Amino acid sequence: MSTPCLEIESLSATLANGVRVLRSVSLTVEPGEVRALVGESGAGKSMIGKAVLGVLPPSIRVVEGRITLEGTDLGNLSPRASRALIGARTALIPQDPLTALNPSRRIGPQMTDRLVRILGWDSAKADRRIRKLLDDVRIREPDRVLRCYPHELSGGMRQRVLIAAAFAAEPRLIVADEPTTALDVTVQKQILRLIAELQREHGTAILFVTHDLGVVAKISQKVTVLYAGKVVEQADTAALFAAPQHAYTRALMAATPRYTDPMASLRPVDEAVLAGLSAEIATADRNWKPNTKGSGHD
Amino acid sequence: MILQRTLTRLLTMIATLFGVAVVVFVVIRIAPGDPIAMMLPPGASQADIDRLRALYGLDKSLIEQFVIWLSGVVHGDFGTSISLRQNVLGLVLGRLPATLELSIFALLIALAIGLPLAVLGARERGTAVEAGIDVANGVALSIPDFLWGLVLILLFGVLMPVFEISGRVSPQLDLPFTTNFYLFESIVRLRFDLTANLLGHMFMPALALALPLAAIIAQLLKQSLKELLTLDYMVLARVKGFSETQVILREGLKNAALPTLTLVGVQFTFLIGGTVIVERLFSYEGLGNMAIDAVVNRDLPLIQGIVLVFALLFVVINLAVDMAYALLNPRLRHG
Repeated sequence: MSTPCLEIESLSATLANGVRVLRSVSLTVEPGEVRALVGESGAGKSMIGKAVLGVLPPSIRVVEGRITLEGTDLGNLSPRASRALIGARTALIPQDPLTALNPSRRIGPQMTDRLVRILGWDSAKADRRIRKLLDDVRIREPDRVLRCYPHELSGGMRQRVLIAAAFAAEPRLIVADEPTTALDVTVQKQILRLIAELQREHGTAILFVTHDLGVVAKISQKVTVLYAGKVVEQADTAALFAAPQHAYTRALMAATPRYTDPMASLRPVDEAVLAGLSAEIATADRNWKPNTKGSGHD
Repeated sequence: MILQRTLTRLLTMIATLFGVAVVVFVVIRIAPGDPIAMMLPPGASQADIDRLRALYGLDKSLIEQFVIWLSGVVHGDFGTSISLRQNVLGLVLGRLPATLELSIFALLIALAIGLPLAVLGARERGTAVEAGIDVANGVALSIPDFLWGLVLILLFGVLMPVFEISGRVSPQLDLPFTTNFYLFESIVRLRFDLTANLLGHMFMPALALALPLAAIIAQLLKQSLKELLTLDYMVLARVKGFSETQVILREGLKNAALPTLTLVGVQFTFLIGGTVIVERLFSYEGLGNMAIDAVVNRDLPLIQGIVLVFALLFVVINLAVDMAYALLNPRLRHG
């Protein structure tokens, strides 16, 4: 088997007061594969993405575990080297396109700065590359858009710009952090289709963070279900939807609205399932001690 | 639209200046102290006093005096200084360059100290470095400029005499200047020996004026930067591979500068106000120093002229800040 694109082994993180927010999370993303990371708000799914990219807020400390990017253990690198590696190999499609672009800089330089200043491309090459990707995300007037300030573009346009920028440097891994959540429903579908299309064309591995099982079904091959910072179930997407193994996964699916029977499916996750999970987690936490120093991201 | 805004702006400026003119005119005439009595030797006859009073127009009513003075001002005639017996406009314009050079040099020093400290503090947030910067800011801010002047005179004038403590330029030097912008002209004429001498005189008063402003810039800009650092586009810049310093300088500084800019404009006018005492302290031949003489001598026309020029400066600075704000903020420019 080839080296995984991303390998997370037994990652645990705590808040400053010692409360665990990630509980020995392990997952892998193979090259070219889309792995969905699904869970409710507060399950820690975005946090895993941030940990991989080395941008956890200072209030969260990685206390255990290892993050390996294409065979390189990020914990063994100096902060500078790990940032350089992350910059060269990964990209982020952020959640909210309205806040992910700098309001006082034009779109053009914001899209090319990584290519030119981090990867050392000459600016003509970077410009060609960006225009190609703007075309790929169906932006028809690249000249105008590149000269725009972010506030002159709609949310959907900005998300396309961010997606184009993410794919521009041919990253091996993209963390997509709920990239459609902040958009309205019609735009969501277009954006999702664009990401799927670019992903197939470039063969980029994606860690796709979402709370939406519909999105999971559309875009991913593998899925990891998370609850309270703990991996509940991991499976092939098709297998998971055909036969969810864990009670929580089944409950989550039951809680997803369906067009055919909207009222019946709009019910919260069963209390008994959550109580069982919470008890399990509490027992595990009592017995848990971090066995290694964290993976260099703190 | 733009024409209308400019017009409104201009009218506001004129109204402001008129208000200042009224207040100054009335206040210095109500305040005790008689300029005529100070000009004449003790025991002068009442006839002499009346004659002199009539000569300076002080026998007329307050409103008449004001109208006469204002119509002069509108035509560029600010009257004649009572104590120096020279044209007020000439006196003020002769001293203004010295004060402008001192204030702008002080502003540059404040920026040169404040900006790097703000960036350093934001980068090292939550560490002992940031705490140290906060303490230094507190000290710089809580000591007023004229006290800093005294401290600097003790340090660099007495204990370690490296800077000049008095005057604008060494009196024995031959000055080839045609304007009173000595510092500017010495640079343009490539007379760097004179530049050095001028800076040697200017450094301590400028630093005294700059320290409180530097602290304000450092504190405010650091705070704005820290608030920006958690925003998504900052996080994205880190993921792109930029170092923390690059993230702060490239993505943060311009956005953080906006709230800082307005306050720096206001504080800069305070700084110019501070030149009055600091120039006196260092015997620097600027407008502020002249203002104190004018007040001591009850030189009404000169006081009026100086105050009006200060007011004009403040109004212009506010205008410049507004324009810079629009320039830095693309949303205002296009909106």
